[in-house]
Amino acid sequence: MDEIVAEFIRRTILKIPMYEMMTILKAWNFLSENQLQTINFRQRKECLVQDLVLLCEEKCASLNDAALLDIIYTQVHRHQKVWDVFQMSKKPDEDIDLFDMEQFKCSFKKILQRALKNVTVSFRDAEENAVWIRIAWGTQCTKPNQYKPTYVLLYPQTPYAFTSSKLKSFMPLLGQTFEDHNSITPLQERCLELDVNVDSRIIHENTVEKERVQRVTQETFGDYPQPQLEFAQYKLVTKFKSDLNGGILAERKEPLRCLIKFSSPHLLEALKSLAPAGIADAPLSPLLTCIPNKGMNYFKIRDK
Amino acid sequence: MSVLKPLDKLPALNTATGLLVGTEDALLQQLADSMLKEDCASELRVHLAKSLPLPSNVNRPRIDLIVFVINLHSKYSLQHVQESLRHVDASFFLGRVCFLSTGAGQEHHCSIHRNTVLKLAHTYRSPLLFCDLEVEDFRATMAQRLVRMLLVCAGHVPGVSALSLLSLLRSSETPPPEEL
Repeated sequence: MDEIVAEFIRRTILKIPMYEMMTILKAWNFLSENQLQTINFRQRKECLVQDLVLLCEEKCASLNDAALLDIIYTQVHRHQKVWDVFQMSKKPDEDIDLFDMEQFKCSFKKILQRALKNVTVSFRDAEENAVWIRIAWGTQCTKPNQYKPTYVLLYPQTPYAFTSSKLKSFMPLLGQTFEDHNSITPLQERCLELDVNVDSRIIHENTVEKERVQRVTQETFGDYPQPQLEFAQYKLVTKFKSDLNGGILAERKEPLRCLIKFSSPHLLEALKSLAPAGIADAPLSPLLTCIPNKGMNYFKIRDK
Repeated sequence: MSVLKPLDKLPALNTATGLLVGTEDALLQQLADSMLKEDCASELRVHLAKSLPLPSNVNRPRIDLIVFVINLHSKYSLQHVQESLRHVDASFFLGRVCFLSTGAGQEHHCSIHRNTVLKLAHTYRSPLLFCDLEVEDFRATMAQRLVRMLLVCAGHVPGVSALSLLSLLRSSETPPPEEL
């Protein structure tokens, strides 16, 4: 393990606050339980870090392992960074991008390494199919600077990428890498499985309607998992309308306001399952189904 | 407008057929499964429908009992039941219809007031049963009850007819909703 890696690991572990130390080391999973038990976690932080680095040396930690630790630290401390959001635009004649994670990682790394000889690229999978990418930038002549990496958080089913912008000069290259990446994978068949009804004494009368609902739901929401959204909010502002002449509210100049908020651990999946579960009609109101298309989840509905 | 009429077909030998009407297919399926687990001498069949009218091009046996399932958490389920009731001939309501309400146990999820279903059942002069179908034990007990009712309506229980069962159930009813 060379000095650069050792120093890098030392500085990274030093950043970790004591109360998170065990959690992060466990998540890193590079040092085994047994090895961790040989360390005294009650000593002064500098000494603790020294011991940990020695253990890493014994285990021959690579630059990749160190980068992984850095990603984990950043994941826990993501709120300390300022993130930019980029929206990837598809070329008009391109078919729907079908995503294979491993292939993406492979070609992404290759493209960057081709463009810039000295670059460290590391990946870590996260919840909800997301992937964290860490890129340490170098130049044709200098080694990558491990202390100023860029992080990219990618949710493959969406056109959005989050980046922690450290080095503005490398942004165009990053953008280009995403454009260049072209993954065509065979379509994975996702069929909505209807319960296999073994008992022939149960007869479903409305199979035609059920099939229609499944079809409409699939047309509206597609086959792949929905992007994870936790709430949607609708504000309605409208003047009182009445057929009757007069009445207390007819004179009211102030519009009536109403706020409806939907919240759920996974709102779009919940909406998708409404019609098949028999809780709502299919097709659903366009106010609900337009959320992914419009990329909005705050709506103001006014009188025309 | 096709209307379900009781006794419009000849009965099949030793067969009793029930029809569960409700918007939540998963609940109906579970209830039907529980009903069919019951041991009984007759052949049972259960039809499941989201709403009435039923598709007309199908050859189906005579329906002995209709159970309308209303989920108190869902106004949508009540709406569909109310619309379906128009497709049932009046003579069905002489003991061959019952209403089943589910979800009363979780009061904070209920968007339909208990009185609404009480009034509905009273209007149609039919029994109203409450059962949280999602709880397996409650569902099993209700399934037993429904099977028993189904057998009576199919004429498989000597000495008890659908109409006599209805009047037996009626006498233990709480006073009509207007007085509540």
